[in-house]
Amino acid sequence: MSGLTIHDRPNSYIGRSVSRPNIRRLVEGKGRFTDDMSLPRMLFAAFLRSPYAHAEIVTIDTSAAEAAPGVVRVVTGKEMADVCSPWIGVLSHLEGLKSQPQYALPIEKATWQGEAVVAVVAETRAQAEDAVELVEVEWNELPVVADMEMALDEATHVIHSDLGDNLAWQREFATDGIDAVFEAADQVVEETFHFGRHTGVTLEARSILSDYDSSEEQLTVYLATQTPHMMQTLFAKHMGLEDHRVRVISGDVGGAFGIKVHSYADEYATVALSIMLKRPVKFIADRLESFTNDIHARDHRITARMAVSQDGEIQAIDYDDVTGVGPYSVYPRTSGIEANQVVNMTGAQYACPNYRARTNVVFQNKTPMCQYRAVGHPILTALTEGLVDKAADAIGMDPVDIRRKNLLPDDSYPRKSPTGMLFEQLSHQESLEKIVQMMDYEMLRKEQGKLRDQGVYRGIGIATFIEVTNPSAMFYGIGGAPISAQDGATIRLDAKGNIIVQTGVTEQGQGTEAVIAQVAATALGVTMDKIKVLTGDTDITPCGGGTWASRAAGVGGEAAAQAGHALRQRILEVAAIMLQADAGTLDIQENVIVDVADGRERISLAEVGRVAYYRPDTLPKDFQSELMVTRHYVPKDYPFAFTNGVQASYLEVDPATGIVTLLNHWVVEDCGTVINPQLVDEQIRGGVVQGIGGALYEECLYSPEGQLLNGNMADYLVPMAGEMPDIQVAHVESRTADSELGAKGAGEAGTAGAPGVIMNAINDALKPLNARVTRQPFTPERILQALKTV
Amino acid sequence: MDKAVQVSMSVNSEAVNRTVEPRQSLADFIRNELELTGTHVGCEHGVCGACTVRLDGQIVRGCLTLAVQADGCTVETIEGLTESGEIADLQNAFVTRNAAQCGFCTPGMLLTAAELLAADPGASREEIRKHISGNYCRCTGYQAVVDAIESTARNRLGEAS
Amino acid sequence: MKPAPFAYEKPGTMAELFGLLAEHGADAAILAGGQSLMATMNMRLSAPEILVDINGLKELSGISVSEDKLSIGALTRHCDVASSEDVAARVPLIHLAMPYVAHAAIRNRGTFGGSVALADPASEIPACMVCLDGEIEITGAMGVRCVPATTYFKGLYETDLQEGEIVTAVHVPVLGDGERHAFDEITRRHGDYAMAGLAASASVSGTTLLNVRLAYFGVAGTPVLAIKAGAALEGTINDSCISAAQNALDSDLDPFDDIGCSAATKLHLAKVLLDRVVRRLVAVQ
Ligand SMILES: Cc1cc2nc3c(=O)[nH]c(=O)nc-3n(C[C@H](O)[C@H](O)[C@H](O)COP(=O)(O)OP(=O)(O)OC[C@H]3O[C@@H](n4cnc5c(N)ncnc54)[C@H](O)[C@@H]3O)c2cc1C
Ligand code: FES
Ligand code: FES
Repeated sequence: MSGLTIHDRPNSYIGRSVSRPNIRRLVEGKGRFTDDMSLPRMLFAAFLRSPYAHAEIVTIDTSAAEAAPGVVRVVTGKEMADVCSPWIGVLSHLEGLKSQPQYALPIEKATWQGEAVVAVVAETRAQAEDAVELVEVEWNELPVVADMEMALDEATHVIHSDLGDNLAWQREFATDGIDAVFEAADQVVEETFHFGRHTGVTLEARSILSDYDSSEEQLTVYLATQTPHMMQTLFAKHMGLEDHRVRVISGDVGGAFGIKVHSYADEYATVALSIMLKRPVKFIADRLESFTNDIHARDHRITARMAVSQDGEIQAIDYDDVTGVGPYSVYPRTSGIEANQVVNMTGAQYACPNYRARTNVVFQNKTPMCQYRAVGHPILTALTEGLVDKAADAIGMDPVDIRRKNLLPDDSYPRKSPTGMLFEQLSHQESLEKIVQMMDYEMLRKEQGKLRDQGVYRGIGIATFIEVTNPSAMFYGIGGAPISAQDGATIRLDAKGNIIVQTGVTEQGQGTEAVIAQVAATALGVTMDKIKVLTGDTDITPCGGGTWASRAAGVGGEAAAQAGHALRQRILEVAAIMLQADAGTLDIQENVIVDVADGRERISLAEVGRVAYYRPDTLPKDFQSELMVTRHYVPKDYPFAFTNGVQASYLEVDPATGIVTLLNHWVVEDCGTVINPQLVDEQIRGGVVQGIGGALYEECLYSPEGQLLNGNMADYLVPMAGEMPDIQVAHVESRTADSELGAKGAGEAGTAGAPGVIMNAINDALKPLNARVTRQPFTPERILQALKTV
Repeated sequence: MDKAVQVSMSVNSEAVNRTVEPRQSLADFIRNELELTGTHVGCEHGVCGACTVRLDGQIVRGCLTLAVQADGCTVETIEGLTESGEIADLQNAFVTRNAAQCGFCTPGMLLTAAELLAADPGASREEIRKHISGNYCRCTGYQAVVDAIESTARNRLGEAS
Repeated sequence: MKPAPFAYEKPGTMAELFGLLAEHGADAAILAGGQSLMATMNMRLSAPEILVDINGLKELSGISVSEDKLSIGALTRHCDVASSEDVAARVPLIHLAMPYVAHAAIRNRGTFGGSVALADPASEIPACMVCLDGEIEITGAMGVRCVPATTYFKGLYETDLQEGEIVTAVHVPVLGDGERHAFDEITRRHGDYAMAGLAASASVSGTTLLNVRLAYFGVAGTPVLAIKAGAALEGTINDSCISAAQNALDSDLDPFDDIGCSAATKLHLAKVLLDRVVRRLVAVQ
């Protein structure tokens, strides 16, 4: 049996769409979300939040609030700082990135509208809110830096005078001789792209319930988070506790998408309040607080050009990016990563050797920006694919043909991108051919032509992409962040033959628990019903990174596979003794120990468990059974597992109203081993729709004074069922050899490609009308403006 | 001024008598006083639909209805519908089709879909999409949800004929 | 957010209601469907000291038809208006408009009178009232008065309703001989408040229109009756009179800027709607 990889196991669950073990409780309303928890003597926090984007806190009078009914404590920044130390959101590998120390509650000034300034704790949330209205703050308004384009101007106010200017970070990358390439090129196309600032709008708002037991110096934090271990370390560090005195429990999480992978000032404040009061304190962000405090993302202006030869060879890409990230670089992942990803990966799916990228990451008085689903990818994909379509148009080449010609050949791996990204095995060409077939590209083009003659404007868009998944420590760890790239799984057999798996990766609905169970069941040879997966509790699970950068299946899954193999080995050793056989001749299949040779059933797993735990006296003296195994895994050969894919969109633009109707959407994606096809497909569909949100609807609109104008669900539009298309998904499987499982990530691919493909399809539709749009979201108004109708 | 009010209602077929603050929403009442936490709160301004419950047989926004307004009424929540088995087929379809990811929208989505299924099991895909267009789901992209509702509708029609 | 504290009263009679309104004056707010009021209170954008819940006043609900008019009680829910066969047959405009009002769960609670009282500039219902030349029935301690919809809507969220009064019903003329209605609006997502919308009625004979009434919403603080555009459409409908009517909108309408939708866009969309809706009016049925 040994020597078999997980792919050769009998009765494998790999590649099967088994139902998620935890979904039943969700459809019965028995989910356990953080706000569903309540503890004895629990109090509620609410915050007075800055009404100004930038203002000095002159005085704070809390006396009326303190006297209000139900109020237990009112805390300002100064008192808060005694319990919770400040942090700085920088990482050493983003050289030169700077930021100002940030406090749980600011002491001197507020730097964005909605920043928490004073905390009120009361018997109920309503009472806490009542008291917030009684807190009196005298403000001194300061000049507001709202427009990122002006942040670096001489005349612009510097938000943090200690830092000298509003430049958080700058990166430049250039290959040699690029200017000469542009000068010599047959054609150079240019474009400016704007990416609207948007936010995650998890349906469950950020939620925390913190409990401090002074008798044991034990802090227990129930938190809707993607990264329990990171938060454990951060809470310990800033509250001055040892890590093992802090337990972070993350139950069901109502959507995360990167919003819940960061640490937030109001969450530190809640923890500090529970320590001050030695009582449980709950804080559930309301929707208005969410809009001004959940991280924002994507706000970029990119001016770019591409050189292309007359016969369609993409020769060079050059761009200049500015992105405004709010007043602080977010802790601990920093606000430089999105811009950095764009630098690292723009154009990298093409065999284009000449590349230059420049990015300025600037401070401004808006909600802090940081990593959100598909970090950077929606930007770099739209940028790359927008240029490719424009170049194809300039030389009169079909958009599919120019991609065929320039995409990296499938037999050219491993290889390196101009910026040094290492690609193990990608499948751009195969993926492209597959989608062309799926969508019946030729037929669509014909239909499009026919309809154009009738005044119906339909567009076909294609966007290829690469995506970084399964990151090693190169992502954060090397920069000094307490973020684990490795992950662990502990697996044990109980006395009744059941399997309990504890994993460091977490579940936010993507199906982590199912995937871990499938892998463990397959590695062990047991059925799914025998398996229970425990996640999201730092006291129970092995130290791991949690869920981000599409790592749960690839990294957490591999740890579970290795732990499963090891436990099977251990079980077989016990069974071998019991059966007086050679362990090598035995295997486990469907919960039974069998002979490998003929599959004959020998004894049940339950029997092994019974003997190991209750009748060890029947085992040899020199043998000790060890039916609990932990294995850890981190990708070693490649710093990142790159995946690739392609999306296509078919849509109609009503030139009279500027309304875009999505007709069809296709995705071909290569995430290596597909452990659970249904779950992968649903991740992709959900991701596509989030990407469509950025392309068509979502934008945080600000006034020149830095006031968020549409910070509520009625005015900030997200995709709804009525307008979304059905999405066809197919796969190519290029496994990574870095792990036995061979799985790469899939959670962000949908979001990575959707905005670019929608943009290309809209522009394809608008082509006969001589209009183009490049400012996301592509609202009816922007389309009408492009058509010069308004 | 804001003195507490005595209310009695039937919640999931159980008689409930409580004293409530007038300002407490029906959603908060259900969650906090009755500890029926399957009803979720996603916005408190009527937009997301996570708080959807049945009031006298019709779906309503739990966040825009006051608990005092439910006095003398019949209230049903996801827990009640689960218990009665009324939407067991729909719930099974959600499970097999993976129509819930994080599950936060799911109770509201199920109650909303149940109303359509009861009124019009012949509803087209497009009608299903329109009917649930007041319920946010940030995870699924809606297709699986529409599929699950559609297959339940088709099964019910099949059984009826 | 939770609303600021308030007291709650649910009068069982109109007399009790007016007593409460007299006692509390501007501190009181009427609670009908709550689908707009509770949302603003939950954001603490409004904080009345007392809510007077009119849901106990059953006499305020219901739809009745007489010879020449249809009446909708203020407390009639959107869902009941939407499914009313009388409304569909006698006042098709309202029937056409109702599916555009919000979503199912909101229509189950929201009331017709609530929409008329609130006078949201982007709401379908006030525009229908204006288009139909309906009347708003207002009742106060002193008695009942009926105000033409055309003068009732005064400004942004501002109506003729006085302190101590409530909307008790609306009355609209039933469909006349040869009269047709058409309705359309432009939204980015199903069920959203409109960027611009148009409720239209006319007497139609073949492709000829008479008594054209075009009521726009979402373009100004109140529904706007596009008088000049309407006049330009009197007669036989063809491309040139449609475009004349569209041009007339430049003077009929003076749109405001909305979040994400400028005045210029609204004016343009109003013209697109005119074309679509007018063609629908004369379309062979
Ligand atoms: C997500 C969402 C989407 C929506 N979309 C739309 C839409 O597309 N189109 C649309 O038209 N509406 C929409 N609405 C609003 C909905 O139709 C409301 O129900 C309606 O505007 C108000 O009716 P109500 O009965 O709920 O009034 P309430 O919210 O109870 O009251 C609204 C205001 O009117 C006053 N009032 C209510 N009734 C009376 C009365 N009889 N006499 C005097 N004053 C009274 C109240 O004091 C309050 O000031 C939407 C609401 C939500 C939450
Ligand atoms: S919480 Fe009620 S609709 Fe969102
Ligand atoms: S499943 Fe997460 S919001 Fe719908």
